[in-house]
Amino acid sequence: MNESMKSVTIARMIERPNARQFIQEIFEEFMEFHGDRLFADDGAVVGGIASLNGMPVTVIGIQKGHSLEENVQCNFGCPNPEGYRKALRLMHQAEKFHRPVITFINTSGAFCGIGAEERGQGEAIARNLLEMSRLRTPIISIFIGEGGSGGALGLAVADQVWMLEHGVYSVLSPEGFASILWRDSTRVEEAAEMMKLTAGDLLENHVVDRVFREPREGLEKNFTETAEQLKKALEETLPQLQRLPEEELLQKRYDRFRQYGEYTE
Amino acid sequence: MNLFGKKSYFSLDNPEDKRKNDKRRQQSEPSIPDGMWIKCNTCKMIIYKKEVTEYKLCPNCGAHFRMSPQERIAVTCDQGSFEEFDREMLPANPMGYPDYEGIIRKAQDKSGIQEGVVTGRCRIEGNAAVIAIMDSHFMMGSMGSVVGEKVTRAVERATREKLPIIIFTTSGGARMQEGIISLMQMAKVSEALGRHDEAGLLYVTVLTDPTTGGVTASFAMLGDIILSEPKALIGFAGQRVIQGTIHQKLPEGFQRAEFQLEHGFVDRIVHREELREELGRILRLHSLSGDCKEEGEWK
Repeated sequence: MNESMKSVTIARMIERPNARQFIQEIFEEFMEFHGDRLFADDGAVVGGIASLNGMPVTVIGIQKGHSLEENVQCNFGCPNPEGYRKALRLMHQAEKFHRPVITFINTSGAFCGIGAEERGQGEAIARNLLEMSRLRTPIISIFIGEGGSGGALGLAVADQVWMLEHGVYSVLSPEGFASILWRDSTRVEEAAEMMKLTAGDLLENHVVDRVFREPREGLEKNFTETAEQLKKALEETLPQLQRLPEEELLQKRYDRFRQYGEYTE
Repeated sequence: MNLFGKKSYFSLDNPEDKRKNDKRRQQSEPSIPDGMWIKCNTCKMIIYKKEVTEYKLCPNCGAHFRMSPQERIAVTCDQGSFEEFDREMLPANPMGYPDYEGIIRKAQDKSGIQEGVVTGRCRIEGNAAVIAIMDSHFMMGSMGSVVGEKVTRAVERATREKLPIIIFTTSGGARMQEGIISLMQMAKVSEALGRHDEAGLLYVTVLTDPTTGGVTASFAMLGDIILSEPKALIGFAGQRVIQGTIHQKLPEGFQRAEFQLEHGFVDRIVHREELREELGRILRLHSLSGDCKEEGEWK
């Protein structure tokens, strides 16, 4: 198995620590809030307020379960439109009270179902992209596992994008890539390699700003050390972002996403 | 720069080139094959090609055939008013996808355009606007760096010049061959639209068949006013993907324009023959009350 496929496999492990665990480990006084005020509460998106060493923050995460039962609760980490809308509601709340936002990303993608289409999955993600790009408070997104396409990006238009060593982020799954582009589902490993979806590749492409090491024995066996590193990094970075004048913060976020694209003219 | 060795570029004003491109298109488009007769994919009727007008409608059932940007400009913009932006922009190969250059060249030959979107400015019934028109004949209108960059520049230009922007969407989604960079285009275009919005300017989307994936999940759904052509397929996930996920039969009319109207995601469904007049009216009504009247005028 090549290194890219290894990361894909590790990122998807059912034992891998999930968003709720990272939130509990990094922050104190987490208080979960529910619902999008429009339709429902989406179990795939967990969010609320917490404290980071005394600093109030808004935390949002895409939640995966460790068992079938848990996964039914959180829809295997595939948000419906109401999940994106709940997240946006919490982000606007954070903006109002000048709290930074930290999002934890771990999804194979936004849910593909009849209800999701009826309630505007496309609109929900689109709205988040636009609103996050101009949210007047710092945002940091941390990819802790899978980063599946628009479903991940919908919570990741941030001032800084971080990733754990075996996190992945791609426009579609390597399985989808191989079967759509090559009509050959056996070429998954080759697809994973080509897609440049690992933390190292993404750091090189400037899609990710910072990568955090995972322990040799596996994150599922010991994630406190990695969580500790994340906490330290948040404690250093958030005050820096908060000190920036609002216009500068927004301009930097705009420039961060404005740069993407390779073309000639 | 002409990286892919393509010798000729189409010109929107040159009828000779247009004829050539039309011919090329007809050879490659399954719904309108070359020859005297064509078959409508909707009503399955064999129809005489000369009966199909510049609006590209089925004379029997009224189905809206897919259009090229050139054809769209001809029925939408005031004659001779269209000025193209960034015509020479070509994609690089960010992921090192095998023979991407060859794939692009083939798409160029098939569609007669350089990339999946044509942008520019024009007048519609006398009203100035920036306009972007995607082309489903070019790699299914997929959004890679060039589509993202051209649309973003068009939006930024509209913001600078205080003009409304109209985007005709048609897309299968992100350009997979460009990898993660194609996903980032969604954020790039959306943030530019955020600034256009903050400047109090008008954004109209016209959804055409099909509009799906990353384009739906970004600029297609962000219009102040969202129009759609009748029966256009509009959705986030592809129908086969949904079926593969839920193992259920999809309801009749699922993800069509009428479905989106019913669920509150489209403002109006507009017949193609009425589109120019409706766009003209929307632009005029906004120019009367907005900032775009004085400063947005261009000569």
